[in-house]
Amino acid sequence: MSEAGIPGQITATVEGEEPETGVRRMVLNMGPQHPSTHGVLRLKMELDGETILKCQPDIGYLHTGIEKEFEVKTYQQAVTLTDRCDYLAPLSNNLGYCLAVEKLLGLQIPPQAQWMRVMLTELTRLNSHLVWLGTHAIDIGAMSVFLYCFREREDILRIFEMFSGQRMMTSYFRIGGLALEPPRGWQQRVKRFIDVFPSRVDEYEELLTNNRIWIGRTRGVGILPLEDMLDLGVTGPMLRAAGLKVDARKDEPYTSYEKFDFEVPTRTENDVYARYQVRVEEMRQSARIVRQAMDGMPAGPWKADAPHVVLPDREKMKTQMEALIYHFKIVTEGFRVPEGEVFQVIESPRGELGYYVVSDGTTIPYRVHMRVPSFGNLQAVPAMVQGTLIADVIAGIGSMDFVLGDTDR
Amino acid sequence: MALAVEAFDADAVTGGKFDRNELTLEIAPAKISSVCGFLKYDQKFVRLSTVTAVDRYPAEPRFEVVYHLHSIERKERIRLKCRIGGANPEIESVTSVWAGANWYEREVFDLFGVRFLNHPDPRRIMMPDDWEGHPLRKDYPITGTRV
Repeated sequence: MSEAGIPGQITATVEGEEPETGVRRMVLNMGPQHPSTHGVLRLKMELDGETILKCQPDIGYLHTGIEKEFEVKTYQQAVTLTDRCDYLAPLSNNLGYCLAVEKLLGLQIPPQAQWMRVMLTELTRLNSHLVWLGTHAIDIGAMSVFLYCFREREDILRIFEMFSGQRMMTSYFRIGGLALEPPRGWQQRVKRFIDVFPSRVDEYEELLTNNRIWIGRTRGVGILPLEDMLDLGVTGPMLRAAGLKVDARKDEPYTSYEKFDFEVPTRTENDVYARYQVRVEEMRQSARIVRQAMDGMPAGPWKADAPHVVLPDREKMKTQMEALIYHFKIVTEGFRVPEGEVFQVIESPRGELGYYVVSDGTTIPYRVHMRVPSFGNLQAVPAMVQGTLIADVIAGIGSMDFVLGDTDR
Repeated sequence: MALAVEAFDADAVTGGKFDRNELTLEIAPAKISSVCGFLKYDQKFVRLSTVTAVDRYPAEPRFEVVYHLHSIERKERIRLKCRIGGANPEIESVTSVWAGANWYEREVFDLFGVRFLNHPDPRRIMMPDDWEGHPLRKDYPITGTRV
């Protein structure tokens, strides 16, 4: 197969005919700047009429060497890198990395910090699913859903800003707890949001769930057998829409998720519509978790009692010599992490997010590898679209919900 | 678990440890494909979570190729590790066991320069096809311009 034009928008070239049948195949180049690829994904597709014979994804356009960058930052500094990987779910990435390093250190995190982490990670899940729903609907042609979704997303970003001072690159979770004390009045803010949110989900559903065009474009589209998905490394809502009840929050609980009451929604149809239903139901469940975390938020410290890891309070630093020494040591040199390796898995909005952290006993990670959900999901694109129609590609890849920053790292 | 693998092929396991609730088995590089097949079909580790590598430069054997396996049914994870030398880093591909190993192994090849034998599509994945060097190696500089 020859190169199809310059990687730009959609370009197409006609390939040679097949000698026996006389069928002329066309190579279509989609991306890397195509609006529906959500980032910079390039798909090279070989077509017979409108049927896709072969599809080859081309990734790496957003490769920024984050894993290499980890090897020159101290453990605490490296938290900021994790946001920039999956930029739609920054707090999930913060959490995965912090948990991995805390596991290496053997740190105990106080209950308030844990519950706060649960609450904010679930808000992140809502944030991510809202962006997904809005853009997915726009791809398929439902313009207005996007505007509704972004209205609620704005509320969530404001909550993040209130907590961390940043809307997107929050870096709010730090090794040993949280970056800052939870701001005064956060309860009212979160409550105001969570009180209206379920009715907002009803609004989205009203626009889509029984919409004949939506059903026509999504039902029976993008089917991929469950065995193939497991084989190819697909995780998250895609698996749950195929009937497999797998969720790291239930199976391998972290950050006291076992104390929360929520369901893991599943469907069995395994098409784009089922993935939509699963994610919408996940939004409702996440809202339940946020409410539980808000109502039952334990009192107490928000960072671990580990002076060699956690920065001391400003007040103590001015009055106690030890606190000042620790502060100086942590800021200039960082803290040493015992030798070893861990693989910490969490359930990000997109699926299984794993951090593999190797320590050689110094203040800088020896190696950090991220097992990102988008990478595994994207690998299944050819298997999903081959043999289907070109018009269904958009719906299919939209239902996978990948973020290219996450894929390429 | 470790005993099961040992019973399957006594020569395959060269070491292992259980640290921080995580099981690591060191596998002889020549046996990786058969051990993975055994774990997938007989021990229900249906998912290959990720394949990556660690560069221990300048120590030898230089590379550790690391496989993380996940059993949904047993709710267990296991880490397999193969040490291979830096002079001619190559190892059998596990794409015959999991088709999904394809991209992970391409990534390891791209960023570490470890070659996977019998890989169906041994190209770079992140870096441009004409890139020189393998960025995640420890002797590859973090900054600088090519002259």
